[in-house]
Amino acid sequence: MKHFDPTFKKDTEKEFPLREEMRPRTVETPDGQTIEIEPLKDYFCEAPPKVHPKAYSKIVEDFYNWARAESLWILGFGTGCGAIEMRPLMTPRFDAYRWGIQWRPTPRQSNLLMISGYLSIKTLKRAIRAYEQMQQPKYVVGLGSCTINGGMYWDSYNTIKRLDDYLPVDMYIAGCMPRPEALLAGFVALKKIIKAGKAEGANLYAENFAQYKANQKAVIKDWDMPDYSW
Amino acid sequence: MMKDLIAKLKKHYKLTEPDYRRADLTFVTAQKDELRSLLIALRDIEGFTHLVLLTAVDWLEEGLFQLTYMLNNRAANRTLALRVMIPRANAVGDTIHDLWPTAETYQRELREMFGIDFPGSPRVNDEFILEGWTDMPPYRRDFDSLAYSLQTYRERPGRVTHDPREHMKKALYPDQKPEAAK
Amino acid sequence: MMFNLKTDRSQYPQPGPDGKLEIDLETGKYLKLWQGPNHPGITGNMSVELTVCGDEVVAGKTHVGYLHRGFEKLMERRSFIQVFPIVCRVCVPEPDFNEYCYAAAVEELAGIKVPELANWMRTLILEMGRFNSYMMFLGGISGALGLGVVGQWMTYVRDLMLDRFEELTGARIYHMFILPGGVRGHLPDGFAGRMEEVLRTAEKYLADVEKVMFRNAVYKRRTKGIGVIDPKLFEPYGVTGPNARAGGVAKDLRKDAPYLVYNELDFEVQTGKDSDIHTRVDVRYRDIHQSIALIRQILQKMPKDGPVMAKIPNVLHWQIPRGETYIKGESSRGEYGYYLVTDGSGYPRRINVRGPSYTHAMALLEHLIPGTNISDVAQLMVSLHTYPPEIER
Repeated sequence: MKHFDPTFKKDTEKEFPLREEMRPRTVETPDGQTIEIEPLKDYFCEAPPKVHPKAYSKIVEDFYNWARAESLWILGFGTGCGAIEMRPLMTPRFDAYRWGIQWRPTPRQSNLLMISGYLSIKTLKRAIRAYEQMQQPKYVVGLGSCTINGGMYWDSYNTIKRLDDYLPVDMYIAGCMPRPEALLAGFVALKKIIKAGKAEGANLYAENFAQYKANQKAVIKDWDMPDYSW
Repeated sequence: MMKDLIAKLKKHYKLTEPDYRRADLTFVTAQKDELRSLLIALRDIEGFTHLVLLTAVDWLEEGLFQLTYMLNNRAANRTLALRVMIPRANAVGDTIHDLWPTAETYQRELREMFGIDFPGSPRVNDEFILEGWTDMPPYRRDFDSLAYSLQTYRERPGRVTHDPREHMKKALYPDQKPEAAK
Repeated sequence: MMFNLKTDRSQYPQPGPDGKLEIDLETGKYLKLWQGPNHPGITGNMSVELTVCGDEVVAGKTHVGYLHRGFEKLMERRSFIQVFPIVCRVCVPEPDFNEYCYAAAVEELAGIKVPELANWMRTLILEMGRFNSYMMFLGGISGALGLGVVGQWMTYVRDLMLDRFEELTGARIYHMFILPGGVRGHLPDGFAGRMEEVLRTAEKYLADVEKVMFRNAVYKRRTKGIGVIDPKLFEPYGVTGPNARAGGVAKDLRKDAPYLVYNELDFEVQTGKDSDIHTRVDVRYRDIHQSIALIRQILQKMPKDGPVMAKIPNVLHWQIPRGETYIKGESSRGEYGYYLVTDGSGYPRRINVRGPSYTHAMALLEHLIPGTNISDVAQLMVSLHTYPPEIER
C-alpha cells in the first residue's frame, strides 16, 4: 500500500457553478405573461424538520413503538453492492416478510432506509433526499463495513468513510457483504431498539440539523437543492 | 498473420517495433497525425471493425499520456492495440466518435478522468461519472487518492493500517534491524 | 401468430430533415422524466433521463456514476496481491470474471504457468457464475414485466447455487477464489453429487419458467418486435455477447478465442435471429441450459487430483517487468476484458476494465430509447443485461 504524498494539496476551494436549470431566470408563459422563476425556492418547500414528540403516556408510546417495530417498510433503493443480498430476503427461503418487513418503491411509503454499502458522493446526495422525503418515524440502517469506516474503500476519493456524519444511523450491520442471516439478525435487533424507544435517529437529525447539513455540504460540492426537501 | 499485417502497414505509416504479446494480440505505437487514416484503413480494409476499448495510461515521469486504441478483427480473432503518445501538458486527442459511436463514451470518460480533451466529440464536457468535482482529474498519477480522502472525509478513529512488508517483517523477524531505505 | 405492433406515430413530433428532433422544453409539449436511481424498473443504481411527448419517449440520456469508487485508481495504489481482493468488487452479480481476467493478466506478464487442475476449477467457477448471473437476469426481466413469481423462483435457484459457491469458496457473493497462480482450493468431497441436485432443481424450475413466461400471451406481446437492435449497429456500437448472438451473429469468445479449457468442452453457440427483447431472453434461456450441461461436463472430465496453485514469487516483493496485455473472456453479458500495464515496480501502472455494459448501457441504450413507449423502457434496459458497477467502476 502506498503512503500518501504530503505535498498533495487539495484544490477544492473553487466554487462549483450552479446548474443552468437551477438558476433564477425570467420565463414567458404560453399565455403571454412574464414571470420570474427561482427554482430552488419555488419548486420545494423549505420548512425544517421537527422533533417528533412522545405520546402523552408511556403505555401509548410503547404501543406506538410496538406498531412501528412490526411494520418496517424498506425503501427499495439499492445504493451499493449490498443490495444483492436483499433480494434473497424477499423470497421464501429467508422470507423477511415474516417480521413484517417489506419493500416499497417510494420513500413516501417506507420508514426504513437501508444504505446497502458504500456511498459515492453522487449517491449520497440522492440518499439524503430520499431520507428527507420519508415520513417520520424513520430509521436508517448502514449495511457493510464500508458504511462504518470506509471498509475496502478507505482510501477512495469518491466514497464517504462514515455514514453517521451525514445521516442518523440507528443500526450498523457489519460484513463485506453481510449474509442474509446477518441482515435478519440486524432487523430483529433493530426491532428491539425501536420497541425500547431508543431508535431516535429522526429526532436526532431534527435536533442537530445544522451540524448534519454542514457535514453534507462539506462533501457535496454542487449543492443545488434546498436544505430540507420533503 | 499479424507480422504480415504490420509489414503491410509499415509501408504506408510510421510505426515502431511491434510487441507481439500473444499470437492474437499485438501492441504497436503509431503517430498521432496518422492515427485517423490508420484507424480507417484498419476498419475498412483489414476488417478490424470492433473497437474493444479506448483508454489512457499516464506516464508521468516521461510527461506523456499513452492513448490505447484496441481494435479487434472478430472474423480472424486478432487484436491490434495502437498506442499513441501525446504530451501531458494541454493533452488533446483526436475524436473518433464518427468512426465508432461508442467512442463517445470513452472520450467522455477520458476527458473527466484524465483531462484529455477531444474537441468535437458530443457531450464531451458534460459530467459523466463524477458530480461537482473541482480537483484535478483523479486518474492522473499526480493525484493522490489517500491524501484527498484524508483531507475531505472524516475517518472513524481507531482504524489502523499496516504496510504489509514492514508488518510481516516485524512479525516474522522481530530481531532484524530495519533495512536502510533504498 | 403476429401482432400489429406498429404505433401510429403521426401525432408525435417528427424529426427535421437532418434526422434530429428539435426539443424545446418551454413549449410545454415535452416532459422530462427521470427513471432512477431509486426506481424499481431500473437495472441497479443508475438513471435514465427521458424526454417524453405523450407516452412516447423522444430522447434518453443515461446517467451513471452513482457507484463510482475509483477502482482503477485504488488498484494503482495496491501491490499485485493486494489488488486481488478488490477486483471482484467491480461487478457484483458475476464477480468471478474479474478475478479470472486479473489473475490471467498478471500470470501472463509475470510468466507463471497455471496447473491443469486449476484451469478446470476456474472454468467451473466461471460457468457457475454465469449461471447465477443469468438467474438474476431472468428474475429481472420477469420483474420488469410484472411476472413476480419467476423472480422468486430464480432467486431461490440462485441461492442454491450460492450454497455450492459457499461450500467451495467459503463466501456467497465475493468468492476471491481465483488468485494469480491458480485457485485457492480443491473440490470438497461429494461436491459433484450435491451440484447435480442443484442442477436438477434448476432444470425443474426452468421448465416451469418456460410454461409461465415464454408461453404467456402478455409476455409475448410486450417483448416481440420491441427494442430491436439492427445487426448493422453491432460493430459501430461494440455490441457483444448474447445481445449480438440474438441478432444472428454467432460470436462467442468461448468458441472463437478459447481460454482456459473451453476447447476441450463440447458446446454450441446459441443464436437467435430477431434481435428483439424476446430473442435476447430466449438466447439467454438456452444459454442457461448450456451452462448446466457445461458444469456437468466439467465435473465429469476434470482431473481428479493434482496441484491447484503454481509457485509464485514472494508476494510482498513481487515486481513485474514493464509490459502490457489484454485478457478477455465471454461473460454472461458479453466481452469482458482487463487491460493491465506494468512498469517494473511492485504496483500496476494502470488497470482498465472493459465491461460489456459500458457500451450497451451508454451509447447503445441512448440510441435505442427514442421511439419506444415509456412502459417499454424498463424491459428494454433489462434485456440488454447491464450492470452499472462495471460502467463506472
